[in-house]
Amino acid sequence: MNILVCLKQILDPEIPAREFRVDPAKREAERGNANLVTNIFCENALETALQFREASGEAKITVLSFGAASAEDSLRKALAMKADAAALVINDKSSNPDPLTVAQVLATAIRKLGSFDLVMLGREAGDWGAGQTAGLLAEELGLPCVSFVDRIEQMEGGLRMKRQTDSGWEVLETQPPVVVSITNDEHNVPRIPKVRDVMMSYRQPLTQWTLAELGYDTEDSQYYEVIELSIPQTESRCEFVSGDTLDERVESLARRITEVTSAL
Amino acid sequence: MNDVVICLVNPAAFDRAAQGLAGCGRRLAEQTGSQLKAIVRSPQSPTVAQDAARVVDEVVVLDQGDYQPETALSALGQVCRQLSPNAVLFGNDTYSQEITPRLAHRLGGSAVGDVVDITVHENALRVTRQVYGGKAQAVIELKRSPAVLWTRSRSFAPAKQLSEPGKHTELSLDLPADTPTRIIERKRELQTEQRLEEARVIVSGGRGIGGPEPFNDELKPLAEILGAQLAASRAACDAGWVPPTFQVGQTGKKVTPDLYLAIAITGASQHMAGISEAKNIAAINTDPDAPIFKHCRFGIVEDYRKVVPLLRQKLIALQNSQR
Repeated sequence: MNILVCLKQILDPEIPAREFRVDPAKREAERGNANLVTNIFCENALETALQFREASGEAKITVLSFGAASAEDSLRKALAMKADAAALVINDKSSNPDPLTVAQVLATAIRKLGSFDLVMLGREAGDWGAGQTAGLLAEELGLPCVSFVDRIEQMEGGLRMKRQTDSGWEVLETQPPVVVSITNDEHNVPRIPKVRDVMMSYRQPLTQWTLAELGYDTEDSQYYEVIELSIPQTESRCEFVSGDTLDERVESLARRITEVTSAL
Repeated sequence: MNDVVICLVNPAAFDRAAQGLAGCGRRLAEQTGSQLKAIVRSPQSPTVAQDAARVVDEVVVLDQGDYQPETALSALGQVCRQLSPNAVLFGNDTYSQEITPRLAHRLGGSAVGDVVDITVHENALRVTRQVYGGKAQAVIELKRSPAVLWTRSRSFAPAKQLSEPGKHTELSLDLPADTPTRIIERKRELQTEQRLEEARVIVSGGRGIGGPEPFNDELKPLAEILGAQLAASRAACDAGWVPPTFQVGQTGKKVTPDLYLAIAITGASQHMAGISEAKNIAAINTDPDAPIFKHCRFGIVEDYRKVVPLLRQKLIALQNSQR
């Protein structure tokens, strides 16, 4: 089984809102003091792939990223988590490529890397959160797509997957090759690589291509354009319920709740 | 033809989500001087198409049985090619979310998800959505047609009823019989009768709740008194205290209640992204600097373990005195 996992490096989404700034002219977030991290759902995807390899005994896992040169760190970490091979397409053009451009670049890189039975991506990224890459990539590759998966098992003649829905979960059966978007659950929390493996990962080979080297036609896909990026001012003034004792304060909380709910 | 089409995927009813979707679609159709049509894929009740016809100009019913990702996508692709709309609008259920980008690709259009506003700007569609885990908001211009969008449909005002119901159409489709990718089992998590997205009052617990027992022993009885639905933050769901279907936030449910009572929830932007359309937010939290209070109408700084049992008594007393 040949598995490919796509990884996106993003601005740490855990930075507090009060430290978050945007550059309205560039229509981008400002880096500030924030770290660059691998998007969590991408790491959930890698963890799901690693567990699949452990359960099925034999699988080769290749990780692929399209991003700035710094995305090498995300790929090194993936190697330290015991992915087998890594490739980086360096984005020397737009800092915020639209989802179709991303899918087309990834599809071109995937074809160049070989043939894969399972192509796994995170369901969405913690920066722009468009949640489109898996679906568009499946269309670019002409493959079926299963979304919001949290577990994959090998079965006779195919793959069985569990996925999350609004009301519960579903089990699907499919045959490779297939594109899968991964969501998180308690079983695919990404493992922490050993310090030694992190150091070793920097000695491992890592394929790097520029867009030109990849042979990707650098015309913009003209999918969509971010016109405006702003931080909404939604702060309202909270009325802290008053009272001298806890009993009085909770009494007034109960009254406020009743006012709001009985007006329905 | 440059019509606006709304898509309902295996709808159980013409619920608030569908009404909001029709409302959003109608406003867009009026702005672009076009008709509003609905594709209703495998409704679970015959009344869905009838209800849809009261607010849209034409209803296309597509009977395809259970939802299967690949065949549903092929069918919607074919119907949309026949209708050749300018915009195709979906709600925010799982199936709609997974269809949207792929359908856009097949139709040569552009997709955007989690849309909360749509405007027309010099013949181009512009949509608003939250980005960066709810910390920022972006206006995005779609460069290709059709625009294929999934929306927070419940946050749009419902459509007005038409004086005469819209017409009912059946289309013949040439569909692949089967695909190797099949849903073989569907399971609903234990959930109360009402869907979280439709709830008018929500009692929600976060990491600070501390375990599964207080959800059951403290929050659930409080929710029952208020006729509320129980929900949770991602931290509480990830800890396994409540099922993932309870999760509200960027990657969970987007809810629009009249009151969202956040208990022991800090209010990270990713959580707030799920409740930005709530009418009133109230919080119980020990930390007066918790970000949640910045979004609250009212709140109390106190340990929920002290507040909730007393609050239940007070609410019951108030309810009794009002009878």
